[in-house]
Amino acid sequence: MSISRDDIEKVALLARIRVNDQQVAELEQDLGNILDLVDQLQAADTSNTAPMAHPLDAVQRLRADEVTETNQREAYQAIAPATEAGLYLVPKVID
Amino acid sequence: MQWDVVIGLEIHVQLATNSKIFSGSSTAYGAEPNTQANAVDLAMPGTLPVPNEGAFRDAVMFGLAIDAEIGRRSVFERKNYFYPDLPKGYQTTQLEQPIVGPGHVEIDLPDGSSKTIRIHHAHLEEDAGKSLHEDFHGMSGIDLNRAGTPLIEVVTEPDMRSAEEAVAFAKKLHSLVTSLGICDGDMSQGSMRFDVNISLRPKGQEAFGTRTETKNLNSFRFMEQAIAHEVERQMDILEDGGEIIQETRLYNGDRDESRSMRSKEEANDYRYFPCPDLLPVEIDDSFIDDCRSRLPELPDARKARFKEQYGLNDYDAGLLSGDARLAAFFEEVAEHGKDAKLAANWTLGEFSGRLNAEDKAINDAPISGAQLGNLIVRIADDSVSSAGAKKVFEALWSGDGDNVDAIIEAKGLKQVSDTGELEKLVDDVLAGMADQIQQYREADDKKRKKLMGGFMGPLMKASKGQGNPKLFTEILKKKLED
Amino acid sequence: MHNKSVAELSRALASGEVSSVELTQHFLDRIQQQDSQYNSFITVCEENALADARQADELRSQGKATPWTGVPFAHKDIFCTNGVRTTCGSKMLENFVPPYDATVTANFRQAGAVCLGKTNMDEFAMGSSNESSYFGAATNPWGSNRVPGGSSGGSAAAVAARLTPAATATDTGGSIRQPAALCGITGLKPTYGRVSRYGMIAFASSLDQGGTMARTAEDNALMLNVMAGFDAKDSTSIDREVPDYTATLNEPLKGLKIGLPKEYFSDQLSPAMEQTVRNAIAEYEKLGATVKEVSLPNANLAIAAYYVIAPAEASANLSRFDGVRYGYRCDDPKDLMDLYTRTREEGFGDEVKRRIMVGTYALSAGYFDAYYLKAQKVRRLIQQDFVNALKEVDVLMSPTCPSPAFVKGEKTNDPVQMYLEDIFTIAVNLAGLPALSLPAGFVDGLPVGLQVIGDYFAEARLLNAAHQYQQVTDWHQRTPE
Repeated sequence: MSISRDDIEKVALLARIRVNDQQVAELEQDLGNILDLVDQLQAADTSNTAPMAHPLDAVQRLRADEVTETNQREAYQAIAPATEAGLYLVPKVID
Repeated sequence: MQWDVVIGLEIHVQLATNSKIFSGSSTAYGAEPNTQANAVDLAMPGTLPVPNEGAFRDAVMFGLAIDAEIGRRSVFERKNYFYPDLPKGYQTTQLEQPIVGPGHVEIDLPDGSSKTIRIHHAHLEEDAGKSLHEDFHGMSGIDLNRAGTPLIEVVTEPDMRSAEEAVAFAKKLHSLVTSLGICDGDMSQGSMRFDVNISLRPKGQEAFGTRTETKNLNSFRFMEQAIAHEVERQMDILEDGGEIIQETRLYNGDRDESRSMRSKEEANDYRYFPCPDLLPVEIDDSFIDDCRSRLPELPDARKARFKEQYGLNDYDAGLLSGDARLAAFFEEVAEHGKDAKLAANWTLGEFSGRLNAEDKAINDAPISGAQLGNLIVRIADDSVSSAGAKKVFEALWSGDGDNVDAIIEAKGLKQVSDTGELEKLVDDVLAGMADQIQQYREADDKKRKKLMGGFMGPLMKASKGQGNPKLFTEILKKKLED
Repeated sequence: MHNKSVAELSRALASGEVSSVELTQHFLDRIQQQDSQYNSFITVCEENALADARQADELRSQGKATPWTGVPFAHKDIFCTNGVRTTCGSKMLENFVPPYDATVTANFRQAGAVCLGKTNMDEFAMGSSNESSYFGAATNPWGSNRVPGGSSGGSAAAVAARLTPAATATDTGGSIRQPAALCGITGLKPTYGRVSRYGMIAFASSLDQGGTMARTAEDNALMLNVMAGFDAKDSTSIDREVPDYTATLNEPLKGLKIGLPKEYFSDQLSPAMEQTVRNAIAEYEKLGATVKEVSLPNANLAIAAYYVIAPAEASANLSRFDGVRYGYRCDDPKDLMDLYTRTREEGFGDEVKRRIMVGTYALSAGYFDAYYLKAQKVRRLIQQDFVNALKEVDVLMSPTCPSPAFVKGEKTNDPVQMYLEDIFTIAVNLAGLPALSLPAGFVDGLPVGLQVIGDYFAEARLLNAAHQYQQVTDWHQRTPE
């Protein structure tokens, strides 16, 4: 199955990855090959098969509703690219 | 043309758990920015979510309260989009297999009728953080304290036909979740947020028109205004032969304006898929039984009991039972005051009025149910007139005394109800009013009622305002008509 | 000293023959002198390691030693280490110093082991050759132009070159077994859920599993004793008793039923590779095992299913790298979109970007059913194949990979050729089963690995089977020049 340049640009935008024209051309080739590989799936008869999200048929454990964390802001913000007044800074958010 | 309005709601209800839905961080409101955001909430590399039992308990209690089917197996999915207040780049939510299935809520309408609103489902999810737009050198600041706070999103069927019905539903839901104790109901802090789906269709047509979604309304008043605004906007377009575009809109309550958020939506493709860091949650009978045993009395049951137990009318019972804290306050007043009707009047009148005027929550009221109850006792036994009672209430509210009898005493508000003493006062006053007595005796019934006031004034003055007006009237009538 | 196994070093420390400080210094010196050839470490923790070694010696003098106290080892740079840079082989995390430990990290700390450093890896564990590392490819000690395999190539190369006696690793589609095979060491991928994933930077959450690398099966058992166990911080961790994996190493193999999946002995395998693997299996027969052919009819679909599921999960797992809270951020973003798109363009390498885009595409509207849902159904078919086969036999054996270590650059321009490197290992991750690779001979002077696959939680049996083989062979003792 081939993938169009439009699709690549759309996917790149969804994934928030900037791509230039040359990269789009390369990705068209690479992603097309990968999709050809995964298209083998279509041959499998899965009409009576339920999807499997996890290898083990386990169920979720729930945690007691207790506060176990303390304020570690200083440690976390020490590794942040930009902070001020305890806030993470980003270019202006417009709704 | 005549148009039918069709409204469906999506309501985000913040759950009043101690900790977040997937981490042990506190959910307390109002902390310094990012002091309640731990490694999991910040989506630090390698960190993993572990779901909070309390959030499931709250959701199941809600499901039981709306008579819904409980999702015995619910699955968290990832809703993918980039936004700075969403640290993981996806929101963990439920889609195909939510914790609460279809249910229903009854609403009472002002005309005395009631209506059933169907609930499509309710699902658990995590809240996002907040973007603060104050100017940080042209940047926005991100506070992730709220990120990961548990929410249930309640989705209704498009069963409402007016803003009035939508608001009645919203208030009922508020009453329900606060009565359950699963949400603090504080709308100003965003504890409940409404998205409204609105469409119009020609009267008589069955098929729905194209709808719009107005997002993030955080008060009943804004919701009502936003609906009115959007209905008008759609009607204008349709009457001009135009078409409604399916879109998300943002309503500005201060300016009564709305605008499209289309640009944002167009590029979105949320790519939901089951979250591989979490396993299916199975809810068994014992969990449900435990939740059922925790269910408090719900508003509908409470209303019926108030009518039965206290002999209240439907309207008063409805008002008093809707808010769990108001209901509890009323019951305390009634218990101490003995007279339920008076307790209801004072709770809904003076007390609620005062709270509204001062924008105070019930828990912050400076007067207790017991105090108001004691005042009711003194009103009922004629120790204090209703005007005097208001003065006592004022004293209690402003902290000018805390004992009802002591305030009555100190302020000289005790009502004289000794008939001998009152009769003597009447005789003294009437002695100097021969003309008026003559006039009264010659008047017809209608006129007599008016003339009565001319005697009451001097009588109240003579008693320094402490004479019981009811007794004064009785004695006067006897003396004048004999 | 550097040729000794963990078990031997542990005994040497216990007897006082050597101190942890001496041992640690010895390995640090080797890394210092030789790692420029291998590039197997991204970060060497000289100061921390010596401090930990001193503390270990102190604890030992107080009689508070575990088998690991003072034993040096290395962590794959995917495990978060409190206070020590953790890069995941990416520019995105080039300067990321986590203020927290992965559970695996904490477990080794608790046991008193001495971490020498963080090993090289394919970026975000996406690769089979270590060539996608932002910090440059690692080199296979068996051939200076050869890849060590991936993604745990740094761990495998460091162990093979005797720069560390053992190293942690992770395996999403073969990332422990394939480099172990290519570098001539023993590596174990445990059952999914056996080892906590908390603090192990996620590639594909439903496939990722932390595991062990060392020269001997016994050392793998010693490592697993530290790593395995329930962790309340990982929802997919399994609450199940952890045996002492060393206790059953010496069980005889008589009566062991071995299945050979016929799909794994196809014509993709060169005659020399096949012969080497069959010789190893013959050795098992001498030890009393019986051998029969079995079938995994859907095995040929494993790569296709994997390259939908893994990229889909990765596309979401890697969304958190957005330049806001930690990690790389592009210079002077002009708006929010620019911050995201340029941070991610500049911070991620080509293979990571490719996989994010494949995953995004597979999950996007209109393709979800055809790709993601279909792949999940095929995943169940593949798992059922294993369940059925393991009803007939105790373990499955196959080559770990189709050929020995290939030459650097040979497959970098063709992603699909690189993906086929995992053709024998990838189905095991889809099924969540445990499997190990052990040295089984040489082809053209390069090591060949034998893969042993077991039933869920049968790690002890796999280690026992590998240990018994290593009692009668010496492939695992061979040292590269």
